[in-house]
Amino acid sequence: MKHIKIISSVLVLLVLAISCNSDKSKASNDALAVYQCPMLCEGAKFYDEAGSCPVCKMDLKQIEKASKEMETDEISEESIFNLMSKWHTEEGKEIQLEDLKGKTLVVVMIYTSCKAACPRLVADMRNIEAQIPDEKLKDLTFALVSIDPETDTPERLKAFAIENQMDDEQWTFLHGTESGVREFANVLSVKYKEISPIDFSHSNIISVFNAKGELKHQQEGLGVDNKETIETILQLIQ
Amino acid sequence: MKTKVFSLLLICFVCQYLTYGQTEDMVLIEGSRYIPLYGRDSTVVEVNDFKMDKYPVTVEDFELFVKESPKWRKSNAIKLFTDKTYLSNWKNDLESKDSVKSKSPITYVSWFAAKAYCECQNKRLPTVDEWEYVAMADETTKDARIKPTYNEQILSWYEAPRTNENIIGETPKNVWGVYDLHGLVWEWTLDFNSVLITGESRKDVDKDSNLFCGSAAVNATDLMNYAAFMRYAIRGSLKAKYSMKNLGFRCVQDVKTESE
Repeated sequence: MKHIKIISSVLVLLVLAISCNSDKSKASNDALAVYQCPMLCEGAKFYDEAGSCPVCKMDLKQIEKASKEMETDEISEESIFNLMSKWHTEEGKEIQLEDLKGKTLVVVMIYTSCKAACPRLVADMRNIEAQIPDEKLKDLTFALVSIDPETDTPERLKAFAIENQMDDEQWTFLHGTESGVREFANVLSVKYKEISPIDFSHSNIISVFNAKGELKHQQEGLGVDNKETIETILQLIQ
Repeated sequence: MKTKVFSLLLICFVCQYLTYGQTEDMVLIEGSRYIPLYGRDSTVVEVNDFKMDKYPVTVEDFELFVKESPKWRKSNAIKLFTDKTYLSNWKNDLESKDSVKSKSPITYVSWFAAKAYCECQNKRLPTVDEWEYVAMADETTKDARIKPTYNEQILSWYEAPRTNENIIGETPKNVWGVYDLHGLVWEWTLDFNSVLITGESRKDVDKDSNLFCGSAAVNATDLMNYAAFMRYAIRGSLKAKYSMKNLGFRCVQDVKTESE
């Protein structure tokens, strides 16, 4: 019997706590709420109080203007920052993709022991980088993601970066888990397959993301005209 | 009083285990080496021992899953992981339309959703090699690909319309004890994006070397296996956030993790 008493009192407390919480959130909602005519008679005109539209006389509808404004800083549904996988940079630092937020992101998937297409893909990346004005580079991240996490340890990626003179701030090499890499590739629509312990075949795609992690442009193929890719990047860092 | 509460909890757990855990509904697949349609450079691939779901995941199973994972409800699933057709035959967030049978395989799910479902049960999606390995069996042999009847049977299913509306467990079980690999729906695989052919097969003849590095190394081994060719072509044309009316999934589990 004693137990029941304890349990019920805990329950009551819980309910109270929850209701307190919801009261609070409701209050803050009210403070931020704005009203607008559902027919948009006066365009995007907002009212601070409930009432009716002076043109069509319909009741004003409450909209959440404040949350819309906040959204600019939030991750959108299409953002790659929704991926929760963990990665290591070539410096051995553990990051999530969200840590790359705030800069325009150019991504390619490679593996360092590749002899065929990857050197050309890396060259394509460097060509793109070379055409960005130096003072803009601080707004950009060029990420090279390894599809061979077993071989391409952060140390090896660091060595690759130095060897290819891609060790400046704007270059980031990412080492992930097998499933993290597979998931990331699927977000980029990149296909790859291990065809022997040291060889992979893979799609040659360079992807451009805006500062919020939304895909803006993809360049497919090797040594293709990168004019459009560069235009997209320049637009994004305006 | 205490014992009553305890036994009630126990019953709850048992129910949960039976309906959701599904461990009994898996069978052991003994690994081996075989030659898939598209292999590695050495053509033979090795499959380790693993457990596979006997049946594809059903509508009913998936309803339970979204109940516990609000993230994957129709209205909450984000655009990065799903497209507009995700669960498009559901009437609301928690239930499929009345016309859909609860024992039908779940379809209209994206790869991300399927992956999340399996991970939620401590399982994973099968790899292409694992799936094809189990799927090359018929009722009596582990590798039935040489039998003319094997191919004919699968192809006759490919011709049959609207098989996604059938219920699970009605096709003959194969020698491993697995049902419905052929005859109901296509199934997602973990590494479906390892199929380096484009959806358009005319293009693949000259192995578009500009799009894929090293694609020449992954050639088809047995062009007579037309059914398998179709499966690889479908996989090659999919994107992870796509959902299709006749594309479902089932999960597998590594045997190692069980004993740990």
